[in-house]
Amino acid sequence: MAEKKKAGLKELSPITIYKNLPKTNCKECNQDNCMAFATKIVNREIELDTCKPLLKSEYAKQYNTLKELLKPAVKEVTIGVGDKAKKIGGKLVMYRHEFTYKNPTAIAIDVTDEMPESEVISRVQKTENFSYEYIGNTLKLDLIAVRSTSDDADKFKMCVKKISEITQLPLVLVALNPAIAEAGLMAIPKSRPLIYAATTANWKEMAELAIMYDAPLVASAPNDLNALISLAKTLQAYGVKDVVLDPGTFANEGLADTLNNFTMLRRAATRGGEELAGLPLLGIPMVAWVNKGEMADDLVKWRESYIASMLITRFADALILHNNDGWSLLPTVVLRQNIYTDPRKPVAVAPGLKVFGTPDENSPVMFTSNFALTYYTVASDIESSKTNAYLIVVDAEGAAIDSGVAGRKLTAEKIADAIKSSGIESKVKHRKIISPGKASRISGEIEELSGWKVLVGPRDSSEIPKYIIDKWQP
Amino acid sequence: MISTTHHDTNKKKDNECLQLSDEIIAALAKFQEIELEDFQLDAKELEIFFTPSMATQVLPKLKLPGAGLLAGGKPSSLLSANFLPPIEKYPSKISSVKLGATKSEGGTRGKTFTIGGELSPAFYTFENVIPHKPIITLDVFDMEVPLSKAVKMHVKDVIADPAAWAKLAVEKFGADMVTMHLISVDPLLKDASPKEACKTVEKVLQAVDVPLIIGGCGDPVKDTALFEEVCDQFPGERFLISSVTLDMDVEKCAKFIKKAGNVVLAFTPMDLNFARELNRRLYDNLAHEDIVMDLTTAALGYGLDYAFTNMERARIAGLMGDQELAHPMSSGTTNAWAAREAWLKMSAEWEPRELRGPLWEVTTALTLLLAGVDLFMMMHPAAVKTLKDVTNYLTSGKKADPANFADWVKVKA
Repeated sequence: MAEKKKAGLKELSPITIYKNLPKTNCKECNQDNCMAFATKIVNREIELDTCKPLLKSEYAKQYNTLKELLKPAVKEVTIGVGDKAKKIGGKLVMYRHEFTYKNPTAIAIDVTDEMPESEVISRVQKTENFSYEYIGNTLKLDLIAVRSTSDDADKFKMCVKKISEITQLPLVLVALNPAIAEAGLMAIPKSRPLIYAATTANWKEMAELAIMYDAPLVASAPNDLNALISLAKTLQAYGVKDVVLDPGTFANEGLADTLNNFTMLRRAATRGGEELAGLPLLGIPMVAWVNKGEMADDLVKWRESYIASMLITRFADALILHNNDGWSLLPTVVLRQNIYTDPRKPVAVAPGLKVFGTPDENSPVMFTSNFALTYYTVASDIESSKTNAYLIVVDAEGAAIDSGVAGRKLTAEKIADAIKSSGIESKVKHRKIISPGKASRISGEIEELSGWKVLVGPRDSSEIPKYIIDKWQP
Repeated sequence: MISTTHHDTNKKKDNECLQLSDEIIAALAKFQEIELEDFQLDAKELEIFFTPSMATQVLPKLKLPGAGLLAGGKPSSLLSANFLPPIEKYPSKISSVKLGATKSEGGTRGKTFTIGGELSPAFYTFENVIPHKPIITLDVFDMEVPLSKAVKMHVKDVIADPAAWAKLAVEKFGADMVTMHLISVDPLLKDASPKEACKTVEKVLQAVDVPLIIGGCGDPVKDTALFEEVCDQFPGERFLISSVTLDMDVEKCAKFIKKAGNVVLAFTPMDLNFARELNRRLYDNLAHEDIVMDLTTAALGYGLDYAFTNMERARIAGLMGDQELAHPMSSGTTNAWAAREAWLKMSAEWEPRELRGPLWEVTTALTLLLAGVDLFMMMHPAAVKTLKDVTNYLTSGKKADPANFADWVKVKA
């Protein structure tokens, strides 16, 4: 392996970056000076190419040095082309507290070339239209995996062609027979689908296809990391630019090896700087459907879902699933959103008075905590019902209602203070405040301290609009 | 939905870094290195986290023989390469805590459990075996509480009878332990006396032979009185007292817990500094073997990321030698039901909620299992079963069989 120049994330200091910058302090990057730019670079808050002088040929050497220094521990691979192209990998660290994880796990839902066309179309559309609004983010699915169960090249080609006509989502072409895989590639020659897969048996033909179609290629060696690393090394030496690793996914007792393999590969890449381990990892929770026997479909879906979630936590950069039911996909996509958030971002919103719609002196007044998830949930329920209301956000040190009350972070004193300091008393004529149902325990104390009458509202904010219609009287 | 004392909060203090002033940055830009004289660093708590890679001198390297390239640079056969497992060594280990006591040990339980003792991060079984399987305790309440429909349907017949509820949890749902939540003592609810509450404990002890966790109501004064009464009446049982918090009289609690030979659950909001502080105060009277930590569990979608990272950091810090965090961890996984997606009737595409809810609890539990949780306080029978199955799989010692792996490519599902 080539000499390792890559600095681990921890060792990289702004000074090291600064030394290789043009030091013009030209501010073309909109930073105050080159040192400020270097700091942003280390924090991955700005792209290197925003430094225009650095792009001049005289700085080519420095530019390449910096590129090498900033190379992520896990290579970034792009599947597909255009707006919906999906980047996977690109990870800098092993643990999420070290740095925000990049490129949320791409999730593929499968179809086969033997499904009736109507079923293929409906599955593709369901995948493309999957959408869940969650605290200001739209959670989506990313890829379509097309499996050749027919082993018929024409059939596969037709199926891939049909899918490419109805979706912009990038594809994963799943066929271990190179002739079949090629038929699929011929249907979408310039679309850079992810090819599944090169094995120790077919690697040379698959490598030829990946090079010819300039497409990323999965190296697959189930539960054999030596073979996997040999494959990756061989494919790269052969000229395949983008390799993705499939160490195998196994249900039930095989889960132990599955987690170990993913963990060892990621550790070797992030801690050991091993470039062959530093490739995106593909998990295949849909192995749950193999040999399912008499098992009820709901149980298989359940199993597939929890395997997917465990692999999201344990470093998978892409996943292939079969089931597309909302109840089982929702925990998985919400977990993905959670794991890939910035661990440094505060979870509290600013306390104070929030105004919804155009409230008047008779409009309802409510209070909630400043825990971000609580606040956004409450706010979206009030907004979506177009209720005119005032909401007092109390500084509960970022605790939710129930834990805030239990942990004495959301106290009657704080609520009474918040009512006074919000200025609400000059905005409404009445003196009635709606409490979250989960804070009912302290409503008496609030009344004593604030002089306001407390109406105990619903336990969940989804019922606020109905509560106001049914119960609110100024 | 469910009022236990395990809840989400934030960890904003945990990630504050040293900020350099503009002047220092400017000086650094100019001189690249500056030395500060007469320099004083004021820090209430200086946090230094070591990560495992710093423990070892050399990681095993890939062996990469250079042979195999043909003219034109393309290999004609597979190049060989070995992957050496990146094994790391940790200077410390997590303490072991025994829960429950049999007759010969001074209690009345038919079985006991030991948790903790880990030598590696959670389920890094390529490094070390898991010394003790994580265990599961089911919640039982001594008065009616709001429960999600999906949960309630399984316990509705026993909801007014804690002893029968405990029996059902153990015999039908496979709980390893039972958590007896004595919320009736809450001054804002029934304000029952500790003596009355202890009668329920006595009944549950008669009904099941598993170790018990004794839960309070969340009021710091009332809970102190309750736990003291429980410790007086039931010495030697090695109950897990759930929980002692920073705003209670920690020293007093630690003394009566120690005297009774029970175990403490040290509960703190999501900030490792609070966890360290509470543990330090407990050490005056209790041994490491008498302390389990609860770092707060937040539901999937409602702060689980904070809970996960907090626990993962605590576990790594413990293994790296931070004794104040080297304790087994408990999780109030029941909090998963605080997420509206766990119980809310949603539009048809997300139904049925009877499956979505318990899967929400499973996903929360498995995520925290991978962060290092040793003891799960859970709610739904299906979630309990899955967590049990998965921990059995992960500790089975069996290898994955690659023979039929590729069958997924052609499976007709």
